[in-house]
Amino acid sequence: MRGDFRALVMGAAALLIGLLLLAAGLELAGYDASAALAALGSGAFGTWQAFTGVTLVRAVPLILIGLGFALALRGGALNIGAEGQFYAGAIAAAWMGVQAAGWPAWAALPAVAAAGWMAGALWMVLPVVLRLRFGVLEAISTLLLNFVAEALVSLMVLGPMQEPTGIYPQSAPIAEAARLPLLPGTRLHAGFLVALLAAGGMAWVFARTWWGFRLRALGEGSRAAEVSGRVPAGRMLALALFGSAALAGLAGAFEVSGVSYSLYQNLSPGYGFTAIGVALLARLRPSAIVLTGIVFGALEAGAGAMQRDAGVPAVAVYVVEAAVILALLLGNAAARRGGQRAVGADAAGGAA
Amino acid sequence: MPLTLTAISKSFGPVQALRGVSLAVAAGEVHAVLGENGAGKTTLMHIADGLLRPDAGTIAVDGAVVRFRSARDARRHGIGMVHQHSTAVPALSVMENIALAAGWPVAPAALRLRVEALADRLSLPLDPSVSASQLTVSLKQRLEIVKALASEARILLLDEPTAALAPAEAEELLRFVRGFAQSGGAAVLITHKLDEALAVADRITVLRRGAVVRSAPRRDCTAAQLTEAMIGGAVAVAARPDVRHHGPALIRCDGLEVARESGTGLHLATFSIRGGELVAVAGVEGNGQRELLRAVAGLRRPFRGLLEVSRPIAFIPEDRTTEGLIPTLTLTENVVLGVGRAAPWITGRLVRRVDWRAARVRTAELLQQFGIRAAGPDAAAGSLSGGNQQKLLVARALERHPRVLVAENPTRGLDVQAAADVHARLREASAAGAAVLVYSNDLDEVLELGDRVLVAAEGVISEAPPGVGRLQLGAMMLHREMPNAG
Amino acid sequence: MMDPVAVVADVLAAAVGIATPLALAATGETLAERSGVVNLGIEGAMLFGALGGAIGATVAGPAAGLGFGVLAGVLVAVLFAAVAIGAGADQIISGTAVTLASVGLTGTIYRQFYGPAGVGLSIPTLAPLPIPALSQLPLVGEALFAQPVTTYLTFLLIPLTWWFLFRTRPGLALRAAGEDPVAARAAGVPVRVTRVAAVLAGGAFAGLAGAALVLAQVGTFTERMTAGRGFVAIAIVVLGRWNPVGAGLAALLFGLATAAQFAFQAAGLDVPYQLFLMLPYLLTLLALAGVVGRVKAPASLGRNGD
Repeated sequence: MRGDFRALVMGAAALLIGLLLLAAGLELAGYDASAALAALGSGAFGTWQAFTGVTLVRAVPLILIGLGFALALRGGALNIGAEGQFYAGAIAAAWMGVQAAGWPAWAALPAVAAAGWMAGALWMVLPVVLRLRFGVLEAISTLLLNFVAEALVSLMVLGPMQEPTGIYPQSAPIAEAARLPLLPGTRLHAGFLVALLAAGGMAWVFARTWWGFRLRALGEGSRAAEVSGRVPAGRMLALALFGSAALAGLAGAFEVSGVSYSLYQNLSPGYGFTAIGVALLARLRPSAIVLTGIVFGALEAGAGAMQRDAGVPAVAVYVVEAAVILALLLGNAAARRGGQRAVGADAAGGAA
Repeated sequence: MPLTLTAISKSFGPVQALRGVSLAVAAGEVHAVLGENGAGKTTLMHIADGLLRPDAGTIAVDGAVVRFRSARDARRHGIGMVHQHSTAVPALSVMENIALAAGWPVAPAALRLRVEALADRLSLPLDPSVSASQLTVSLKQRLEIVKALASEARILLLDEPTAALAPAEAEELLRFVRGFAQSGGAAVLITHKLDEALAVADRITVLRRGAVVRSAPRRDCTAAQLTEAMIGGAVAVAARPDVRHHGPALIRCDGLEVARESGTGLHLATFSIRGGELVAVAGVEGNGQRELLRAVAGLRRPFRGLLEVSRPIAFIPEDRTTEGLIPTLTLTENVVLGVGRAAPWITGRLVRRVDWRAARVRTAELLQQFGIRAAGPDAAAGSLSGGNQQKLLVARALERHPRVLVAENPTRGLDVQAAADVHARLREASAAGAAVLVYSNDLDEVLELGDRVLVAAEGVISEAPPGVGRLQLGAMMLHREMPNAG
Repeated sequence: MMDPVAVVADVLAAAVGIATPLALAATGETLAERSGVVNLGIEGAMLFGALGGAIGATVAGPAAGLGFGVLAGVLVAVLFAAVAIGAGADQIISGTAVTLASVGLTGTIYRQFYGPAGVGLSIPTLAPLPIPALSQLPLVGEALFAQPVTTYLTFLLIPLTWWFLFRTRPGLALRAAGEDPVAARAAGVPVRVTRVAAVLAGGAFAGLAGAALVLAQVGTFTERMTAGRGFVAIAIVVLGRWNPVGAGLAALLFGLATAAQFAFQAAGLDVPYQLFLMLPYLLTLLALAGVVGRVKAPASLGRNGD
């Protein structure tokens, strides 16, 4: 429990550092920092609509992809291709959503979701093969495939999937039945519930199951896990990576099915990278990822308001996110230097 | 006096590795530093070589006090170190390694000639172009020496240089050291082997727990005195159990061949081991024993031939911290990892779950039973000392209730008492009916432990005759015939 | 019909131009990786180099632009080195974060200086400098000898870096640090300092690459204009087997794959341009499969255990 408290403090400190840096940078660049931060805050939490309709909605893909990143990293693999897997899922979901015209909702929704996570997992096949057969770092292969996915989206929305009038670079709108139900009175879609369920499920897997423990062992010491634990490294790594990609693909599907109702370019404002910060800030713990996902969702929601109301470019929020990640990395490294502690207790007691 | 260390002290955190150690090495002299594992010998040499800085005390070269800020400094003062574990960069060639150590220019043609000339002068031939990763253990040792002497060392520090060598190779090395001293150099030989020190040294200093216990010319030393000084008392050694009843064969192999990991690989092994037998394997590293043990443990697939091993199997790998334990996980987690899914704390059929509370309780019990000093079952495995880590590995292996127990160098880096404890546990396991297969690169340990002795030489496993002597065993390790048995 | 020789010559020339920033970044990253550090932040360094090049050129001409670009690249590398080497944090995550920060910062700075809509700048650029006689050679003349000065710089820097790595003492020390830092330290090599120096050099190369991208290829700055070239450079390092000359050749391959679309256009084939966007990345991936595992990376690459 002490480890949890320390993690919370470190996380809050990292966040504070990020925001302070943002304020300082803005002042230096000539913007009104206090107005910008105020806009950031109100954009994220100012009204119930803002909170549910923007912050929480933005949090859904961040939570899902964050869970995916954590799943892979727990096993020792770095999936930096979530952007691409997100888009793969979005493409599949947009296609399925159009095909599902005339279907009842109980068939259309699962079909769209399935198309999403399967497409995401499919996008991971090449990196997994490259890693297991040829030893290519998955960090590089997944990264490169991001660009391929983005080009694919462009190809689809300007080609075979383009909406009927042929004017706009976007797909046809998906069928009514394929659209996720909304929380009454808000724009928050049911994907949020799925994200919460996924977090709970993953927490249980890591804290209680044999498989989850062995994955963690693989990530902490792959050689020892293989020799002493007889962990089938290749198989487990592949499963973790596929799971990670499936979650990202599902996020893409939910974005189409719950927010945009169609496919277009730049659907993702960099969720795949932001989610890395989400996962790290939560120290890879699924239950904490819900929290940090909401925090980063707030940042992104606020960024839009910041641009509208204070004229600060929304990309500035990347600096905050990056600063948070860097602050965390530095904090972790400093803690590791601090000598021998019961590091394990932190992980075992807090595997959830 | 080429090298004088005066009142050297060094601590690592709460652990005091050296307390006021003084050592003087004269030119033309071989000075042996004796002590068991953990006595502080290597720390002392690292200080002399500039890799570590002392907390207190001085170093003087040719009478002048010096302060080393790095190994480069020491090199400049004529001190060269031959490390216990090769410090060659594996991916670089022999000549590149020498150029790196000695600061020579890298132009290939000139460098090759220079290296060949040096190797010839020292009568230690080496192929300059070959990659360091492809050298055998004794050639790696040779490279270590050439590297040290390329920097024109007049003072040579050798850290357990014969640890991984066969007896004949060790003799060759010691002859070289004597020759180096005779031609005017000063040599410091670190070893835990009494006989070596007595055979080759002019002066012997004994370290125990970081302090000098005895320092005298060779002629004033006897083996008994040295042993007493090194260990400071009797060692609690468990009595060897009586002849046991042997069960059925639990390990059987016939024409077994396993692809190489390093060295020669395993070409041919045919033997069987019954329950209740403790079989020790002798051999210089890289002669197939690693592949053999790992194949028996189920980690490597046989390339050809028959291999039958009864389950459950437990394996104690050589490398505690990279293959045995995961330092960042707790002791409980490490135990759960190693004992596997047949453990009582694994529940559920559809989805296997871990009962962490039960596992923690059992781990605490094991800590007690095996005398493992740790903060508790939730301590990080990395916080344990080497000896305690090894005890945990043994405890964990036995917790599997194995019918076959395989161990690689299980007493590496342990002091005499801890090593004796490990031996006792291994014997207990075989007394309980398990087939135990142990490899050790320490000949004496092999002879002491094994009911039977197998020898790995150039990938071929052969069985040593019962009651085999040290010399004959050494010869078998090198696949050479002895002129007269004994 | 188009003259096939002229088409091939055009494609080659375009390929060399496209390859230049990639080869520069990859050469610098080769130094860093040979010392044991993988720096995903070079994408950010390249981006900052591009911005620096644009600003510098607008202020004081193209040569100043190159200088600003190099400086900007080094600054980004300093941040990465501080976190990944100084503090010993995970190299890949640090590099990703540094790149993320660079995207945010360059976007913010760019909009601050050049307005919210990001109107396309007009920047004084580097025109090709044909070498007399040599540039008239058939097929390769234009490609090799009628390029901007940045490409000529690259022709120089590649063999220079090779010579440094494989024929000098500091280069040997650097390689030792990347293979076995423990052994290197025992031989007196200051491993950390070496790695920092290599990373900073890599940053300088990446910054130069970014500036070259703006000043010699594209002619203007837009947000995120590097479009992953820095990451591709990392793959090129692997393809080049951690050898600067190999990296140059691999970069050329990548350039050819990208420039191939011009040949298709000239032949009148109507292929969606997005396929050409995808092709180089896919080819790189497949080529990686062929190379990795046959050649060993510097043994201690990416690990901070020193």
